Amino acid sequence: MIVDRINRATRRVPAWPIYIVAVAIAGFQFYQGLTGALGPEPINALEREYGELALKLLIAGLVITPLRTFTGVNLIKYRRAIGLSAFFFATAHLAVWAFLDVRAWSRVIEEIIKRPYVTIGMAAFVLLIPLAVTSNKASIRAMGANWRKLHKLTYPAVLLGGIHYVWLVKGWPAEPFIYLAVIIALLAVRFKPFRFQRARA
Amino acid sequence: MAYRWKNDLTRADVTPKSMWLNRRQIIAGAAGVGLVGSSAYAQDALTPNSKSDIESYNNFYEFGTGKEDPARNAGKLDTSNWTIAVDGLVDNPGEYSLNDLIGGLTVEERIYRFRCVEAWSMVVPWNGIELADILDRVGVQSSAKYVAFETVVQPENMIGVQRNVIPFPYVEGLRLDEARHPLTIMATGIYGEPMANQNGAPIRLVVPWKYGFKSIKSIVRISLVDEQPPSTWNLINAREYGFYSNVNPNVSHPRWSQATERKIGGGLFAARQDTLMFNGYDEVAGLYEGMDLATFY
Repeated sequence: MIVDRINRATRRVPAWPIYIVAVAIAGFQFYQGLTGALGPEPINALEREYGELALKLLIAGLVITPLRTFTGVNLIKYRRAIGLSAFFFATAHLAVWAFLDVRAWSRVIEEIIKRPYVTIGMAAFVLLIPLAVTSNKASIRAMGANWRKLHKLTYPAVLLGGIHYVWLVKGWPAEPFIYLAVIIALLAVRFKPFRFQRARA
Repeated sequence: MAYRWKNDLTRADVTPKSMWLNRRQIIAGAAGVGLVGSSAYAQDALTPNSKSDIESYNNFYEFGTGKEDPARNAGKLDTSNWTIAVDGLVDNPGEYSLNDLIGGLTVEERIYRFRCVEAWSMVVPWNGIELADILDRVGVQSSAKYVAFETVVQPENMIGVQRNVIPFPYVEGLRLDEARHPLTIMATGIYGEPMANQNGAPIRLVVPWKYGFKSIKSIVRISLVDEQPPSTWNLINAREYGFYSNVNPNVSHPRWSQATERKIGGGLFAARQDTLMFNGYDEVAGLYEGMDLATFY
């Protein structure tokens, strides 16, 4: 069966290349910004690229559990690399915003306090910090059941990230609303009523 | 009525064609050796942007919501046999060809700052005609108080219209005294050449002291009316986009600050610059005397 074949294949494919690919993509996009390949406004373009990649990877991390329960495909060994790569892009996004876009500490602070879309983006980032810090075997062992509880912070973090994106756009472009809809759907399948139906099916 | 406003810069200050063709490569090259922060182009606020900047970074939602979408999609716009309906409180209403409307009027070069409500800006060397001259040609009746404008809708050629990203047709308006101000032009060209479709060909409004969305593109209707006409972004979100929409660093957009802007084309390390009241065109201040610009934003 295809599921077994995928699961067998994952035994041979390690997770570490995900880190290398993430850093390579970020580096390449920065280079594109330097050379003009991101257009005449590379700061906004780079900010958006990094932010979207952070969201995409957070969403990918949310897909792994339902994928296993609904289809049996088990990609759980890649989840840490995906989650940490998401954190890496969120950090890069924040860095571009603070150091290339806003460029003044006083205004960075002012924006975080005064602009709700910045506030919730920042909140999402802060929620991700303890998750990134505890994404190692030692923490999992030391924290036991609390580790799983702590890592449920992914849910509010990704939801805030999705709202952050919708909140800053003008008009009704499709992308941010698609991201938010996918995030809400992936969180919804984790609620009890859905899980009950699934168990009977 | 032409020549009522004088550029700070003269023709000689406009980048020669060979330069604007190469500017992007020059900037790219400078970036490669870490010189971009000291680029004279990025520093001088009144240096016109390169033609490629002006033609590759646009908001024209009829052709998609991404900045690069209009450049990609606006080629489909059909500008042949363009006509402009002039109606309302005018002496000579009718369906005007471009030549009927502007033929024989003085085309001037106007190098204007252009400030988008999204807090980016450019400097554009427009070629255009004072709107006042056009209004005189069609004969404005004394009861008219506002001018309303409408953008063309060609659903089969406009991917944004097919997707209905905002209500179309795009509409805008000015108070008659704003429309008659010497700074207000109807532009037909950029850098001495007919403007690209994504910039609003064949004819668009340019009101340099207002946020860019007031400068409506690809106009097919001009109406003289006695009541404040609807304007698209105001219809979408009145709290965020007022009818006046004068550039004002002291009145924030509800979601972001308008105190600073970044001139596009300066590369990855371009600094922000302070946004100027009325985008630096203080001569329009008299139009709003006695008005609270925080209320009439």
